[in-house]
Parts: sequence; C-alpha cells; structure tokens
Amino acid sequence: MLSSTLDSIGILDAGIVAVLGYIVVFFGLILLMAVVIAMSKIFTMKDAKKAAQPAEEAPAAPAAPAPTAPGTAGGVKLYDVPPKTAAMLMAIVADKMGKPLNELRFISIKEVK
Amino acid sequence: MIDIGEILLNLWNDSGFARIFAGFSTGGWQNLIMLVIACVLLYLGIVKKFEPLLLVGIAFGCLLTNLPGAGLYHQELWDAFMEEGNAAYHSYGAIMRDGGLLDIFYIGVKASLYPCLIFMGVGAMTDFGPLLSNPKSLLLGAAAQLGVFAAFFGAVLLGFTGPEGASIGIIGGADGPTAIFLTTQLAPHLLGAIAVAAYSYMALIPMIQPPVMKLLSTPAQRKIKMVQTRNVSKTEKIVFPIVVTIFVALLLPDTAPLIGCLMLGNLLKETGVTDRLSDTVQNAMMNIITILLSTAVGATMVGSTFLTPQTLMIVVLGVVAFLLSTAGGMLGGVVMCKLTGGKVNPLIGSAGVSAVPMAARVSNLEGQKANPSNFLLMHAMGPNVAGVIGSAIAAGFLLSVFG
Repeated sequence: MLSSTLDSIGILDAGIVAVLGYIVVFFGLILLMAVVIAMSKIFTMKDAKKAAQPAEEAPAAPAAPAPTAPGTAGGVKLYDVPPKTAAMLMAIVADKMGKPLNELRFISIKEVK
Repeated sequence: MIDIGEILLNLWNDSGFARIFAGFSTGGWQNLIMLVIACVLLYLGIVKKFEPLLLVGIAFGCLLTNLPGAGLYHQELWDAFMEEGNAAYHSYGAIMRDGGLLDIFYIGVKASLYPCLIFMGVGAMTDFGPLLSNPKSLLLGAAAQLGVFAAFFGAVLLGFTGPEGASIGIIGGADGPTAIFLTTQLAPHLLGAIAVAAYSYMALIPMIQPPVMKLLSTPAQRKIKMVQTRNVSKTEKIVFPIVVTIFVALLLPDTAPLIGCLMLGNLLKETGVTDRLSDTVQNAMMNIITILLSTAVGATMVGSTFLTPQTLMIVVLGVVAFLLSTAGGMLGGVVMCKLTGGKVNPLIGSAGVSAVPMAARVSNLEGQKANPSNFLLMHAMGPNVAGVIGSAIAAGFLLSVFG
C-alpha cells in the first residue's frame, strides 16, 4: 500500500507510482485516440455524404485525371515533377510566404513546358 | 562642512562590492559564483543560441537576484509565504508590500499564471492537423513519457522526496511550461535548477536524441518512407480542442489549467473568427509572458539554494530523463513499425517528447540522412503535439498524487 505521507516516499512506493503513472498516461491517450478516431469517422461520413449528393445530381462521368508522376502521394498531385524537386518547391514557397509548411496545403505541382 | 570621506565610506559600505567582500565567507562567494554562472548562461543563450528567448531572460534574472543589496528578489519572503503559521503564509499582500521587482514578477509563476498563458500561446501556434489525420501518433506521445517516470524513480532512489522527484522527472517531458507549472506546485525551491536543466536540454535535443535514435532502429527502418495522411477538415480542427478539453479535464482535473489554456489558444487559431485574439496570443502576449516568466524563474537561482549537490543531481537526472523519453518514443515507434508491416518509420517516435517543433525536425533530419528523399516532418508533428498532451497528463497525474 502507498504510504499516507508521500513526501517521504519509499522505493517500492515510488516504483508503484512510476508504473501507475505511465499506465495512466497511456490509458488517457488511448481513450483520447478512440475519441479522435470516432470524431474523424463521423466527419469522414459527413464529407462522403456531401460528396455523393452532387454526384447524383450530375451523373456525367468526370474526365479521367491526367497521369501523375511516380512518387505522387496523398493530396499533392505531381505532374512530371520528381518528389525531391516538389519538396524543395514547397519549402521555398513556405519560406517566401513566411508561413510554416504545415499551415500550407499544396493541391498539385506541374512542370510548365 | 560636509565630510566627503564619510560620504564616500557610506557609499562604499552600501555598495554590492563591499557586501560581497565583507560577507565573503558567509555567502559572498556564492553570489560571485552565481554571477559567473549567469554570464555563462548568457553566453550559451546569446552566442550558442541555446533557447535564447528563454535562457537570456533566465540568465539575466539570475544575475539580478545575485547582486547583493539590489533587493530585487527576497527568498526569505517566499519561505515565509510557504510556512504554515507564519503571518505571511500565502499572503501575496506581504509580497507586494515588502518584495522587490522580481518578487512581484514571481507572483505570476507562483500563481501558475505564466506557464498557463505560455501554453495558450503554444496552442495558438500549434497545428493539430497531423495528429488528427493520424490519431495513432497519440500512442507515441504516451510512450515518450517513459523518461518522466523513470527519472522520478531514479530521483527517489537518490534520496529526493516524492514531490521533488516528480518535479525532476517532468524534465523528461521536454516541456518547459509544464516543468515550471509542476515544480512551482510541488518543489518551488528546485525551480531554478529544473527550469535551467529543462530548457538547456531542450536546446540540446539535436545532440541528445540522434545517438539514441540510431541505437534503437535499423538502417532499413530509418529509410522507410511514410505515405501522406488524409486532409483534415476545418470543422474537425475546431471541434478537436473543445473535445480534448472536456475529455482530458474530466479524466484528470489537475491538468485543466494547462490543457484548458493550450486548447483555448488552439481554438482561437482555428475558429477563423478570432484572428485578432489569436494574433495577440501568438505574438504580443507570448513575448510579454516569456520576458516575465524567464526573469522570474532566473530570480529563483539564489546562490544559497542553487549551489548544492542537489543541483548537480538534477542536471544528471534531467539528461537521463531526456534520453529515456527518447528511447521510450523510439521503442513505441519500432513496435508500431512492426505491427503495421513497415509502414511507420520509427524515427517519428522520438518526436513524442514534446519540444515542439525541434524534436520533429530532428526526426525529419535523421530520416533524410538515411534516405535523402524521405520527408518525415509532418508525420513527426503528430507524435510531437501528442507529447505536449502526454506530458500535461503526466504532470496532472503527479500533481494529483503529490499535490
């Protein structure tokens, strides 16, 4: 059992507090993760519903997207731009704008020929 | 006729020089050593750029408080403030009446005002998007709190009391405001040493972390490229701080001041309708509070309480806490890498030690050393901001046990 006056804590009690503390941090953040995942599911479903509505109204098939360069990942579409060049460009844009890179959203990068 | 000799003698007797030399054996030498330490810290802050925004203020506060006769800070007033039964017990009025300028600055630390306001600024400057797009990074933020509890245990083994050990352990959270918040509540006499250790090690993260990162990962793991995560909607970013505040403050009410301020700052940034407030919190307020906090914390570095073997032990335990927290995050990253079949680069785990955004930058840098086309920054920002929440939860737990 933990001593009543924790000011002069024993080694065993300190070990218990340390392990318990680490577990509590994990427990708290796992619960928070569950909340965030549930939240993101709700928002993703809402977004999907919104996206489906205009698709029903306009049944015409969208034009096939232009072929993207190898290395294209996630939201940023790269057209004939190697990933390394794209990263440099994004870093330069962020630097010139004086904004952190994580506050900018790049949609696509295309080489003008 | 005026006795010029007597005037000059009085001037000399009133001077700090006379006080240092007259009381050399009873504390004057401590003042001299502390002045040298203050100058070394100023050098580290200005020339070596070790967290200059805070270290310069801390060093100058240390310099001011150790000038004999200046009367800017009175340790004895704060001892009386903490002494049950004393007429000045918990009396800010007594501090205002008898204290010096730095005593008045220190009221904001004692009342936990400055760390909370700094957290508000941090929240206003933080983008939780990477965390929201990859919620699993919260686990890495938890894993990286290993050093907090290991250092706490080590401190108790070395003879520190529970509250002192908890304050020393939180250095491993790599979060200055949290360390100051907890230490002020649990072991205010160690505040100077803990704040200096915490901020110095945060500045040394690019040197402390890489050896541990290399030791706990294979070259193949460090080369792993992570795919870009989903985009997070504006609404999600607005709802997140509200949900976190309710959830975490209900789970651990002691964290409410820190988490509440962190999330309020973030909400001001994300709403899009409070840009003026967000701008003030991020810039003007943050700068003012940084000046007040750093000089007030530096003022607690009084020779008689700072020049003790305890300070040396705190410095050693602090670096152990940092190393173990990095190791904890890395181990979490390695486990995640294995469980996902090699989709997660374990280097992002080390960013779980708060220190936003320095730790994430180190992860990115080490990733690029292994594979020049690797860009881990955004992936590492998730565990990085998760570490801020994790260290606040760790502090809340320690406060609920020892507070």
